This record gives sequence, structure tokens and C-alpha cells, in this order.
Amino acid sequence: MLDRYELLRLIEHNARLTQPELAVMLGTTEEEIAAELDLLHKEDIILGYTTVVNWEKTKRESVTAMIEIRLMPQRDQGFDKIAQHLYRFPQVSSCYLMSGGFDLMLIIEDSTLREVASFISNKVAPIEGVVSTATHFILKKYKGNGVIFDDKPIDRREAIIL
Amino acid sequence: MVKKQNDILSEQVKAIPPSAIRRFFDLANEMKGEVISLSIGEPDFVTPWGIREAGIYSLEQGYTHYSPNQGYMELREAISEYMIRRYSLSYKPAGEILITVGGSEAIDLVVRALLNPGDEVVIVEPCFVAYKATVVLARGIPVTIETTADNSFKLRAEDLEAAISDKTKLVMIGYPNNPTGATMSRDELSAVAEVLERHPDVMILSDELYAELTYTEEEHCSIASFPALFDRTIVVNGFSKAYAMTGWRIGYACGPDWIIGAMNKIHQYCIMSSPSTAQYAAIEAARNGDKVIQEMREEYNRRRRVIIEGCRQAGLTCFEPFGAFYAFPCIRGLGIDSDTFCERFLREKKVAIVPGKAFGSCGEGYVRISYAASLENIQEAMVRLSTFVQDLKNEGKDNR
Ligand SMILES: Cc1ncc(COP(=O)(O)O)c(C=O)c1O
Repeated sequence: MLDRYELLRLIEHNARLTQPELAVMLGTTEEEIAAELDLLHKEDIILGYTTVVNWEKTKRESVTAMIEIRLMPQRDQGFDKIAQHLYRFPQVSSCYLMSGGFDLMLIIEDSTLREVASFISNKVAPIEGVVSTATHFILKKYKGNGVIFDDKPIDRREAIIL
Repeated sequence: MVKKQNDILSEQVKAIPPSAIRRFFDLANEMKGEVISLSIGEPDFVTPWGIREAGIYSLEQGYTHYSPNQGYMELREAISEYMIRRYSLSYKPAGEILITVGGSEAIDLVVRALLNPGDEVVIVEPCFVAYKATVVLARGIPVTIETTADNSFKLRAEDLEAAISDKTKLVMIGYPNNPTGATMSRDELSAVAEVLERHPDVMILSDELYAELTYTEEEHCSIASFPALFDRTIVVNGFSKAYAMTGWRIGYACGPDWIIGAMNKIHQYCIMSSPSTAQYAAIEAARNGDKVIQEMREEYNRRRRVIIEGCRQAGLTCFEPFGAFYAFPCIRGLGIDSDTFCERFLREKKVAIVPGKAFGSCGEGYVRISYAASLENIQEAMVRLSTFVQDLKNEGKDNR
């Protein structure tokens, strides 16, 4: 029996595994893998495939910003309406409703200081219901998407009889 | 010196042949860098961070003294709980568990605690290279049983019955098996247990270092779980394989207090006690390690399927192993022995594997391929295996 959670965990870490490879690794047939992936797409469980990029290694100057937003809840709609308004901007790569000292967390990736500043002052702050914002820029990425950046595995095993 | 050096050395030491695997590693080492190694019997994973961190913390706290000879009580308690949780085996931390320097020391201690010169020890081959050597060093006589691929390298009851004599002191069983990857289910073990029940003076050493790396639906079954055998079975296990902790050197033995006590006598004079830092790390592993084991097991299981498929695609027959991290495909019919196969595979295709003969003469005609390696390396090695086997087949045709 194909374990869909194992399949998901596997491709979440390596989306490039081919269907024949997945079939062998999970002890099943290519047909079953194809059918399950199809189903996972249809059920909106798999939403897309991305690549983990270490932008710092490229020549490109870019910043990642995390924006905390405090909101005044709106009648009948809670925070969903403002969240929707904000996450529709393509430069917002992630948007979360949070517990704790603020309400929404937006993440903007591969941007510039100027773009982020203008986004906040022109698009976020003027929205009715936004009480305040606090923007944090990422200085260095150590780990993301479960991947440790700058961490090439080294095989330290020695020759030994066993 | 008047005597020749060779006359001075112990007969026991001289009786042990130099390791057959060693030669390969020396060869592979010369070629270091360019070789894909599927030859090593240890996990490629680094010890999970939570476990490493526990070891580091113990150093920071200054826990740098000897531990009690038998090992820290906390560790024995954690192991006692683990043995119940995973295998439904009940051992008292006070007298029935001994912490050793790897499973290797535990095996040696069992043998030395039990054997008188001339006692016979039944060994099931192909097997871990240390079994025979420890028996010989203790002046025992190894009596080997050969298992075969036809029978998925499982121990058959009739073979065991035939190997036991009135001189038999101990039977050594090691499933999941290094080098074959064979496992034995409860049903299969029960036939073996019946034989042992008929020989109440025979002791049993069950080497279960790979117990956690079992890929069948049915979980690992210990021979100690047969009530009639519990009182004369010593279970040897450790942290090396399941938790990727080979370098920490922590293993343990569980068994009747009179044997554990005797083993501890040897241990306390030879070793004093196992390394303290490693024991603190092992406490964390035994208490909170079930999840990391599970993740590594799942990863090994996927690689296992890739490697078996790879061997079969290459045209080698390979029985399906359900344990440890080894495949043991057959290379008969290609016109060369396992030594030559491995040496040429290394020189010509730059992949290191181990000849089956290193694990007992019945391992001839087979090679051990470890899948404790990255998926990419395994996939590349399988491509090379396929071309190598094809080369050999073409040579065969040319010679005809
Ligand atoms: C079957 C078996 N038993 C025992 C050992 C000993 O392991 P350790 O001394 O690291 O616990 C090994 C190591 O390769 C093994 O393969």
C-alpha cells in the first residue's frame, strides 16, 4: 500500500524525483504513483513545486523582509479580508495569520529595500484596519525549507573491518 | 631475541587469519576521492543533533569522570524501558543490563564469560566477522552452519539440530544479518526455538544490533521472547546502527544476572567502564530517539528498494533482504570469484563493495553492497554495476 504521507514527505524534500524513481523507492508501480500524484493535485494538497535557492551566492543584491502587521478586526470578516487584500500582491511570497503580539505576517522575498519600503508605505499602511507594522530584514539565511545553507555533507567514515 | 617473533606470539592470535576486508579497504583508500564506497558497514548519517547535543551538554557540565563499571543507572533504566517498549522483553536495570564498548565488546564478554577451552560454539554463516575470531581467541571451537540464498539465508531448524553436540556451549544468532540483510520472523524463529528447547544446557547469544532496521510489516522478534529460552539468552544490542552512533562506542548486553555479573567481572578489569560522554548521549537516544530512528529507517528502506532493483536490472539475482542495510546479490555464472569481482569492480568502475567470502566460506559467489550511502551515489553505482556485469558477460562470450 502506497503511503501518501511518505510520498509527500519525500517530494517535499526533493521534487525532482521522477515517477519511476518514486515507484522503486516506495515499492509500488509507476501507475500508482501517477494516480496518487494526480489525486494530490486534485485535492489541492500539492500546490506547486519550488526550488531552494541560496540567493546570497548569486551576484544579485536582494533582500527578504518579514512584516508584522497589527490589525483592527473587521465586523463579520475577522482578518480574512485584509489578509486576502494583501496576499494578492505578487511580491508577497507568504502570508500567515499569527497568534501573539501581532496578527499578520507577510514575507517578501527577492526584493530591494526601496521596493519593500514603498510597498509598506503605499500598500500596507494606508489600509483601513491596519494599526501598525514592524518590518524585519533578514541579514543571513542559515537554514530554510529544511535545508542548511552552506552545509555540504562530508563523508568522514574510515575504512574499518565490519 | 633467541626465539623467532612468530614463536613468541600466542597460538590463538596466530590462528586468526588477517581480515579479508582489510585488503579491499587499503586498495580503496589508495584510490580515495574517486571511489564510490558501498562497502562500509556503518550509517552514512551523522548522529542526530539532539543526541550529539546531550553529549556536549554533559561535557559542559563537567561530567567527565568514570561511570559505574556496569554503566550509568539512568542509561540502564532507559534501556530497560526501551527493551519493554520495543521488544516486550523485561530486564532489571540493576543486575540484568551491562553497558559495553559497542556491541563488539558485549559479544566478546559473552564468549569469554561462558567458554572453557574446547567448548563448541555454533556460528551461523555468512556472518559478522567478529564472531569466529572472538571464539577462537577464547580457545573455543567454532562450528559453522552454512545458510543459503535458496533459504533467504535464514537459519533452518534441522541445520541447527545437526550442529549441536554434547560439547556445544553457545549458539550465536544474528538477525537482521550482516552481511546478507536476512531477517527471521517469529514463525521462522519458533522452529529454531523448538530445537534449542530440546538442548537446555546450550546458551544463546542473540546479536540484535540491526533490530531497528527491519523493513517487514512484522516488527523484529527476539529469540529471547520465547519463554523457555529467556533464562539462557543474552541479547546484545547497541546504539551504533540504529542511531548512527558508531563512533561513540556504546553497546549493551541484557540477560540473566548470573551471566551479566560474570561479564561485568571481565569488563571491570579490562575496560573499567564505557565512555561517560557517550553514555549521556545514549541516554538521550534511548529516551527520545524513536522518531529519528524511524526517519532513518524509512530512508534506508527506500534505498534498499533502489539497490535491489538496481542489482536485478544489472542482471544479478538478489534475494530480497528485509533488514540491516545490505544487499547480498549472487555473482555466480560470471566466470570469476567474489574477490576478483570486487577487485575488478573497484579498479575498473571505481565502486567499492565487499566479497561475500569475507563473511564465511559459504559467502563465496556473493558480494555485500551497503546502502548506507546517499541516493545519488547508490544510483550512480548501480549504473556502473550494470555496465560492469555487461562487460563480464561480453568477456565470457569472447572466450567461448
Ligand atoms: C552484526 C553486527 N554485530 C555487532 C556489530 C558491532 O557493532 P558495535 O560494536 O559498533 O556496537 C556489528 C558492526 O558492524 C555488526 O555488524
